[in-house]
Amino acid sequence: MNVRLIAIAGPPSAGKTAVVKQIIRNLGTSKIAYLKIDVVQAWEDEELAAEFGIPTKKVYSGDMCPDHMGIMVIRDALLWADKLGAEYLLYESAGLCLRCTPYTTHSLGICVLSSISGTHAPLKMAPMIAFADVAVVTKIDLISQVEKEVFREGIRQVAPEVDIIETNAIQGTGMRYLMQVIKRMKPAESEKDTLRGIPPLGVCTVCIGKKETGWQEHFGVIRPLTAPDNLFRGE
Amino acid sequence: MTLNTLSPVQTLTILPGTTCTGDPENFTEITIHPGDTISVVGPTGSGKTAFINDIEVFAQGDTITRRKILVNGSEPAEDLVRDPSKKPIAMITQNNKCLADLTVEEFLAMHLRSRKMEDKGIITSVIDLANQFTGEKITERMHVSSLSGGQTRSLFIADAVNISNTPIILLDEVENAGIFKDRVIKILREKHKTIIFVTHDPYVALLTEKRIVMKCGAVEKILTPAGAEHATLTKIAKMDSDIMKLRERIRSGELLTVSREIEA
Repeated sequence: MNVRLIAIAGPPSAGKTAVVKQIIRNLGTSKIAYLKIDVVQAWEDEELAAEFGIPTKKVYSGDMCPDHMGIMVIRDALLWADKLGAEYLLYESAGLCLRCTPYTTHSLGICVLSSISGTHAPLKMAPMIAFADVAVVTKIDLISQVEKEVFREGIRQVAPEVDIIETNAIQGTGMRYLMQVIKRMKPAESEKDTLRGIPPLGVCTVCIGKKETGWQEHFGVIRPLTAPDNLFRGE
Repeated sequence: MTLNTLSPVQTLTILPGTTCTGDPENFTEITIHPGDTISVVGPTGSGKTAFINDIEVFAQGDTITRRKILVNGSEPAEDLVRDPSKKPIAMITQNNKCLADLTVEEFLAMHLRSRKMEDKGIITSVIDLANQFTGEKITERMHVSSLSGGQTRSLFIADAVNISNTPIILLDEVENAGIFKDRVIKILREKHKTIIFVTHDPYVALLTEKRIVMKCGAVEKILTPAGAEHATLTKIAKMDSDIMKLRERIRSGELLTVSREIEA
């Protein structure tokens, strides 16, 4: 398998898609496949396909937790990306659950945070940052030097070692450091992988702690990548 | 390529980028030395803020302007750019709000912690200095998010002087927040800071040694008046001080039926 998995997490409106666009511009459109997981509605896949002409997919999780959905489909998605000849699969999470983390052992885990989200924001989403390789802090052009340093200190309280990259993701400033990290990535050895973090306790197979990715490894609530319309309507 | 890590900043060099039409910018390089005072002027949308943003992020052709910034003649080392405690630049943006959900004291304490500094009276000194820049008193128990624009800007400048203590300070429209800009400039000069002002204010512009004129996203002209504007500066200083007095009278609720300042 020649695919490298980049898992991008972060709360809604943090700037995940702006970061994705910068990565695509830097790596070139020929090498990338993109997967978006969201709960009810998302348009990022259509936007990116139209802007860059890259292969994209989206999966709605509906009644399932979106990170659970991601865990189900990521193995299929890696095979899909590999079949297309992509070198990178960009996997953007819904950004809802601050408890679970979508990063797998062999992926590059990127947590996107907005610098204007408040000093305590990093503490509220601790696992999402603590299991990431890189914390990308966006909207950096809107704050002063001292606020940057104070926000950075908030991240350090949660994850003393995480690589922090500050960016104005619309313009791409500072992204050169993220690209250096991405270019050092090695291809995944196989489509099989495990989660980095321990999932929350609960009743489903993911919730009880089964870390293997792929619906084949689970029972109860399972979903393959390609499934009939499952728009969550509240039932 | 040699990367410099520990040597202090002797020079900052700006290499040209492109104009708004994609043409090359019309200068070879701009070199800034310690203690230099520079103003950046030009119409709204001419690229003034983008210019100081390039300096602040140490652009390497990766911003919209495609400019490059060198430190001591070469590309800056990664920690100089990325580690805020090693970064020689503090930028005070036009943004007049601080969104941190902390009190002034907690905010400054967190900044000290991020720089691995002990308090030893620094927090009090920052608040005292900030209070010299603004007419509205800041206290340590106030929430930073509830400070006024002038208070916020004053606090950021005082922090840049006493905590960040960076050799280079970038100020975006210092005149806008209703703070005592002459006191800010005086203190920064006393501390031998390199100061770059983006400004629309004639007084601030004439107080600096060098003036960079922006147009269409690019540097259009670099002026070094070298005393040629001295007489004008004296006049502007008087006018500015008169306007400041008028402003204070208006703020204190006076009716300006007689203007002592203008008639004097």
